[in-house]
Amino acid sequence: MTDAISDLPKGKPATGGHASLLSESPLMKKRNAAEARFKLYGVVAITVGLAFLIFLTVSILRNGIPAFTQTVVNVEFTLSQEEFDEAESKMLKTAAYTEIFVNNITAQFQERGLDVEFDAGTIERLLGKVGGDLRSFYRENPDQIGQPVGFELSTASRVERYLQGKLTRDMVVDGRFLEAADLDVVDAMVDAGIIGTAWDWNFITGTDTGVDNPGGAGIGASVIGSFFMMLVVLLLSLPIGVAASIYLEEFAPKNRFTDLIEVNISNLAAVPSIVFGILGLAVFIQFAHLPQSAPLVGGLVLTLMTLPTIVISTRASLKSVPPSIRDAALGVGASKMQSVFHHVLPLAMPGILTGTIIGLAQALGETAPLLLIGMVGYVAREYPDSLTSGLLDPNSAMPAQIYTWAARSDEAFFEKAWGGIIILLIFLLTMNIIAIILRRRFERRW
Amino acid sequence: MSNTLILLIVLGLGVFGFFAGRSRAMATVGGDRRLLHSLPNYYGANVALNTIVPAVIVLFTWSIVQPMVINGAVSGMINQDRIAEGSSLGLVMSDVRRVAEGLDVAVAQGVMTPDMASDIRAESSNVREQLAQVGVPLGSGVTSETLQAAQSYRAMAGTGNLLKTLVVLLVSAAGLALSWRLITRDYRARNVVEKGIMIVLIGAASIAILTTVGIVLSLIFNTYEFFKLYPVTDFFFGTNWSPSFSGRGQSSELGILPLLWGTLYISFIALLVAVPIGLFAAIYLSEYASKSVRAIAKPMLEVLAGIPTIVYGLFALLTVGPMLVEVFGDGGLLGVNWMSGGTAVMTAGLVMGMMLIPFVSSLSDDIINAVPQAMRDGSLGLGATHSETVRQVIIPAALPGIVGAILLAASRAIGETMIVVLGAGAAARLSLNPFDAMTTVTAKIVSQLTGDSDFSSPVALVAFALGITLFVVTLGLNIFALYIVRKYREQYE
Repeated sequence: MTDAISDLPKGKPATGGHASLLSESPLMKKRNAAEARFKLYGVVAITVGLAFLIFLTVSILRNGIPAFTQTVVNVEFTLSQEEFDEAESKMLKTAAYTEIFVNNITAQFQERGLDVEFDAGTIERLLGKVGGDLRSFYRENPDQIGQPVGFELSTASRVERYLQGKLTRDMVVDGRFLEAADLDVVDAMVDAGIIGTAWDWNFITGTDTGVDNPGGAGIGASVIGSFFMMLVVLLLSLPIGVAASIYLEEFAPKNRFTDLIEVNISNLAAVPSIVFGILGLAVFIQFAHLPQSAPLVGGLVLTLMTLPTIVISTRASLKSVPPSIRDAALGVGASKMQSVFHHVLPLAMPGILTGTIIGLAQALGETAPLLLIGMVGYVAREYPDSLTSGLLDPNSAMPAQIYTWAARSDEAFFEKAWGGIIILLIFLLTMNIIAIILRRRFERRW
Repeated sequence: MSNTLILLIVLGLGVFGFFAGRSRAMATVGGDRRLLHSLPNYYGANVALNTIVPAVIVLFTWSIVQPMVINGAVSGMINQDRIAEGSSLGLVMSDVRRVAEGLDVAVAQGVMTPDMASDIRAESSNVREQLAQVGVPLGSGVTSETLQAAQSYRAMAGTGNLLKTLVVLLVSAAGLALSWRLITRDYRARNVVEKGIMIVLIGAASIAILTTVGIVLSLIFNTYEFFKLYPVTDFFFGTNWSPSFSGRGQSSELGILPLLWGTLYISFIALLVAVPIGLFAAIYLSEYASKSVRAIAKPMLEVLAGIPTIVYGLFALLTVGPMLVEVFGDGGLLGVNWMSGGTAVMTAGLVMGMMLIPFVSSLSDDIINAVPQAMRDGSLGLGATHSETVRQVIIPAALPGIVGAILLAASRAIGETMIVVLGAGAAARLSLNPFDAMTTVTAKIVSQLTGDSDFSSPVALVAFALGITLFVVTLGLNIFALYIVRKYREQYE
């Protein structure tokens, strides 16, 4: 014993006696420093992890929130009956309205002492087809003629990017979309205080546009596509998953077949999602000739992906129901099947639902398999009009839509992609919160 | 009759059967249910199951088999020599199907009478114009052969559908009648129904096997097709990846090595980020952190695992990539010119590393927690500091599990698609510079199969060979990792 101790503090044998407990020996100092360093590494690791999360969140919010607003020009406008009659009597009616609009804006500028030259072409590049909008408004509401009406006209996406500072004057190449001189008008509008921002409902409810109209693109149609996919996933994976788990947990004998199923389920849970996409392409499209880009096919592929998740969580919650419940049911004469379906399953239901919601949330965000079954690149221009068209007609899905926007060359779509991510994350967050609430409220501790 | 309608009728029969069976059971005992072997509902359920299940099985099999049979019969009618240059049997057949569908639409809209549709000849009338009238555009002028094939296609499909309706309804009615007749007071309805439910349960459980079989078969068949067109050795040992779409892809070089290199390089960088951070986070959370810190930090880290990969992909492409270019690119903060574009191995690797942190940390956390407290107490009791205990006792004890966790993370990294598709670039090259754009197996699967590819050129089929490589590698890693983890668990439980 004494030998062992005298071996240890090689650092200071010279002082002869034992070092005081109150003073730190150099070795102890070193060891304590190592301890502090080690602990610091841990703190640093967690901080770095959380910093990544914060960095990601900030970058999503900063880039995505502008997608929900649009820049608008607020104009108050009074159209007299004579002007209306005159414009309606002309050959080019919308052009006449545009001219009235141009005169009105010019008058407003002059009132404020701003001197900018512009014509109808400028207005069209900045604000789109204003004349048509005005005309259809006054034709639908003839009683508004002669009264001041406030209009909110949304600007082209390039104007928006100029105001955000993402587009500078030297970047502008004169063309069909924007000319450098147009920006003077924009500056004048800013000085006149008629440019503002407004909530962009079209982004949430609208449909995708072609590659040359980033401003009008909306995510609505692909939300519907995702909804139909999730409907398929829910209707297939919940019953199949629960049935499989009941068999494996309650009835399956210990044999090779059962082992094979178990091994398969745990391996499927770890197969890369892209491989499920290949399966979907080969089996559902190449072999069974189901339509490409259809939410039905997407739903089927995602069902196969979600099944292992649901089976694993369902088995866990079946396992947590105590055997006494089963014994009691069997004791009063229920068959094994009755004891499971009448007693065990209802008690395990909250856990099963929680697992299902989490599985659905995973499936909702999955993108890679959708790339292969053709949901990317399809421009979801319209809403489905019935259940069958929702399932079978080509559509996009939220993550696929985000990818499509991110892959387009026009940078104005990137903002839409970030905005789409915010909507996707809101859906995921809601689903996860529902799952947590379900677990807190209904899960029983035995 | 459409499948939906048939299905509805069968379901209706089933509901009727349920009540008929139930009331017959009650009638056999004069309303005294105590005399029955099973509860009355089981008699009803038995009749309903016998009515619905066999009929639906017949309906599904028929719907899948019929098109195959008809396709086979009709394509036998088309003379192989008459297929035009640059066309194929598949193209002619899809033309045939289009014409047949067009004729159906024309009849439904009343443009043609049913007799006209089956009698017209290409010589005497212009089918193309008539079909265009009802909104079915056809590419080339319809040859008389195609039209004849389409007409017999229609005829066969019509007969087939009629037969299908009859057979399915017959099966359904027979099931109803037979099981209804079987009902007596001693009939063991519950046992029969429970046996039926059991078969359904087993079937549901077997879907996992079916999925695996489906994956393996679809990969193997198409890979086999690919290797008929492209030599195996060139694929596995080729160092050049340059698919060319000219000449039906015959002149492309499809070597997997540059893709594997990109995959492994990106995964390596991802693990270089994720393993130290994840491991130290797990050690801190399980050994040092107070309860409240743990309650906040652990779920926050796990949020990183719940974020969809498309989000990380966009983050890599639009945020991390440009940032790295500002530091390492031309005229950047460091004054070096290592990086020319935002998409690079480093971009994808860093972001993937972020995503993998919770995989490493959660699993390692569980494993460190599973190390028995007695081992910690023993080490601390001998005078070791906490960090010495962790380094010299806990980590060695938990090592197999931690290795398993790292292997699982590696398999995730290799199979990850969206981050590399958006963040790593598209150029396949063998380079050591982590700031170069490279591409991976998964990214190439996506690019070879997206878009309208027919499954006959090596350029499209190569994706299946890539897929099977990916499947085998990730499966091997997973099985190895699970084996290690399981073996380790047995030691301490």
